[in-house]
Amino acid sequence: EVDLEERLHELDLRSDSDIPDVPPPTDSTPEILKRALSGLSARWKNWWIRGILSLAMISGFFLIIYLGSFMLMLLVLSIQVKCYHEIITIGYRVYHSYDLPWFRSLSWYFLLCVNYFFYGETVADYFATFVQRREQLQFLIRYHRFISFALYLTGFCMFVLSLVKKHYRLQFYMFAWTHVTLLITVTQSHLVIQNLFEGMIWFLVPISSVICNDITAYIFGFFFGRTPLIKLSPKKTWEGFIGGFFSTVIFGFIFSYFLAQHQYFVCPVEYNSETNRFVTECEPSELFQMRKYSVPPLLQAVLGWETVNMYPFQMHSFALSTFASLIGPFGGFFASGFKRAFKIKDFADTIPGHGGIMDRFDCQYLMATFVHVYITSFIRGPNPSKLLKQLLILQPEQQLSVYKTLKSHLVEKGILQPSLRG
Amino acid sequence: LQESESENKLDGETASDSESKSEFGGSSPVPTSDDTPEVLNRALSNLSSRWKNWWVRGILTLAMITFFFIIIYLGPMVLMTIVMCVQIKCFHEIITIGYNVYHSYDLPWFRTLSWYFLLCVNYFFYGETVTDYFFTLVQREEPLRILSKYHRFISFTLYLTGFCMFVLSLVKKHYRLQFYMFGWTHVTLLIVVTQSHLIIHNLFEGMIWFIVPISCVICNDIMAYMFGFFFGRTPLIKLSPKKTWEGFIGGFFSTVLFGLLLSYVMSGYRCFTCPVEFNNDTNSFTVDCEPSELFQLQEYNIPVLLQSVLGWKTVRMYPFQIHSIALSTFASLIGPFGGFFASGFKRAFKIKDFANTIPGHGGIMDRFDCQYLMATFVNVYIASFIRGPNPSKLIQQFLTLRPDQQLHIFNTLKAHLVDRGVLGSLEDA
Repeated sequence: EVDLEERLHELDLRSDSDIPDVPPPTDSTPEILKRALSGLSARWKNWWIRGILSLAMISGFFLIIYLGSFMLMLLVLSIQVKCYHEIITIGYRVYHSYDLPWFRSLSWYFLLCVNYFFYGETVADYFATFVQRREQLQFLIRYHRFISFALYLTGFCMFVLSLVKKHYRLQFYMFAWTHVTLLITVTQSHLVIQNLFEGMIWFLVPISSVICNDITAYIFGFFFGRTPLIKLSPKKTWEGFIGGFFSTVIFGFIFSYFLAQHQYFVCPVEYNSETNRFVTECEPSELFQMRKYSVPPLLQAVLGWETVNMYPFQMHSFALSTFASLIGPFGGFFASGFKRAFKIKDFADTIPGHGGIMDRFDCQYLMATFVHVYITSFIRGPNPSKLLKQLLILQPEQQLSVYKTLKSHLVEKGILQPSLRG
Repeated sequence: LQESESENKLDGETASDSESKSEFGGSSPVPTSDDTPEVLNRALSNLSSRWKNWWVRGILTLAMITFFFIIIYLGPMVLMTIVMCVQIKCFHEIITIGYNVYHSYDLPWFRTLSWYFLLCVNYFFYGETVTDYFFTLVQREEPLRILSKYHRFISFTLYLTGFCMFVLSLVKKHYRLQFYMFGWTHVTLLIVVTQSHLIIHNLFEGMIWFIVPISCVICNDIMAYMFGFFFGRTPLIKLSPKKTWEGFIGGFFSTVLFGLLLSYVMSGYRCFTCPVEFNNDTNSFTVDCEPSELFQLQEYNIPVLLQSVLGWKTVRMYPFQIHSIALSTFASLIGPFGGFFASGFKRAFKIKDFANTIPGHGGIMDRFDCQYLMATFVNVYIASFIRGPNPSKLIQQFLTLRPDQQLHIFNTLKAHLVDRGVLGSLEDA
């Protein structure tokens, strides 16, 4: 029997061209589509399938937005789990490690642990009132980090105990592969959910900008494309890149204008403990109130206006669209490089004509982190619910002294009227 | 050169991959270069090779322990610097192994990119901690204030630059190699940098939280070895054939005792138990405070079982000593898993030691492998059981909120206090 480790080591050192291809995925196009399009040639058939599936995905997206924040959260979670599954499956195929059953259990266990940790940190903040009422939940929240760490450690010790003599290298590879995948998929999905809680507009505008950039760059490239952009993705062109940039900025402007008018999109998502539902109702913040802006002299000549009424948020959308068009594609190049490195055509064959879920979300990687960092740096200060949670953990004497300090501060600023007794 | 030696060793080993080679302690085809200083070599030239190895290890062990005491004496600033240096060296050792495994030394971008990522992640972590602990200093200096306000954005931009450079550096025939190195770098950063920053957090909590855990791990190492040497019979785990159950259990009890004694001695001194603070006026670190309850002697009733053994009814102990039992237990029972992990790693990549930095012991990583999990455990332990959130920090955050948010929080807090009976319902004072 050929030593698996020896074979692997040789594989690592050979140049890419020597590595055998991973077998191509099976064709999973649904039967009805196949019959409907049986008359067309192969190339047009592919186009139609891609087109139909794109429309289906966009409609699904709108439907879920209509159904509300909770459904969106579930959707994000499902996508995260599917992306994780796709990347781990690739790892298994690359390393032929399907025979070691511990891996699958351990990988899913680590996914569960990390999700438990992140959800505990965020959910506890937003559901503070719900949590206060239930004793068991309070215990879980208070010792959350310790419990998460203990769970993770159990997985770590199981991994060490599962090391088998001839397969050390394989097992370490899968361990590292699992952790890097968790780092990419789970952190991104939780940042997406945090952005969502800030207001649905912070979730919708970035994602749509990336999708718009994808589509318009493709269209511009199709009609005007001539100069190749990067060796990694030979189909991308400079014309597509620049055309996509300008279209996405304009799209972001217009889309933000429409969304900024509705409280449903603009208000932070809050959990109402009485009705046990999510509500999005508030006084719109300054960002979403119309203001007059003076048009810079350059554009005055072009547009013929001296001032324009805009939402301040549209200025921010400019930053978001720029990032989506200029830096977002690097996520796509990274994924292309990854696919070439491991000789796979698509991440999986979940969506007919498009590939796996990861293929659709590769440009979104960096966007979620950027939006989150942008919000915390430029938009809002510390998170009020988190602050409240920490206040409630303090010792009673500490709480009392904090209460007195806050009260004197609020009275000083005139926010709180001094009581008749005080 | 050190690197070419290791490369030759790897080449020789891959040529024939027989079963016996993978046993730790089996003969390696090319001996590691002898780093022992000349002085030691001459002094020990008369002894046989086995005793020489023992002496070298012993002398170096004493040298490291002495060094540890000296830097403790020198204070927190020096300790922080040492932790930083150890972190960089560990990172360097693991990355070098990656290069050797994948023969990727020829692609110069990797080295630059790896060091660049190390810089970015360190910048991010140091910025977060420095902002907390040096709050007043930062607020005073204008450039520091801007750096701290937009800290996350700046760190993210720096990281992104590295990411884009990586994507642009992908070369046609070497995609797989490059992705491997990228993954290797990130996992190394995850292990090495996060641990070292948690150690520094623990240090700021009080030097005792830094010294006791590290000493417990070292003590467990040494005690388990001695017990194993004298009484060892039943092997513990296939991964490390030299470890025995006798060593494991003996090490556990010795470490718990050692932890109790060391904590007792240290709890008496303020310089160990007080949180490290930065004094704005003197621009230096001070450790001066009223010792917290943890470090004040208390009477404990001895459980009935032990009363007959020890002959005492009550004992005076510091509450911290109870915590030290938890720390020592973790160091003895779970800490070794970090060591097994490192052993498995070395077998997987067919290396004897991480590097040749310390004669007789191997690389820095070889000494610190059991410490991995300890730092995280201590940090999580402190955050969960010892201290709550910092009230003054909470007030600072409160003051930056909007008025309507402030009012909401104030009212919720008030309702909570009234609920608990801490505040009378109509009472305002």
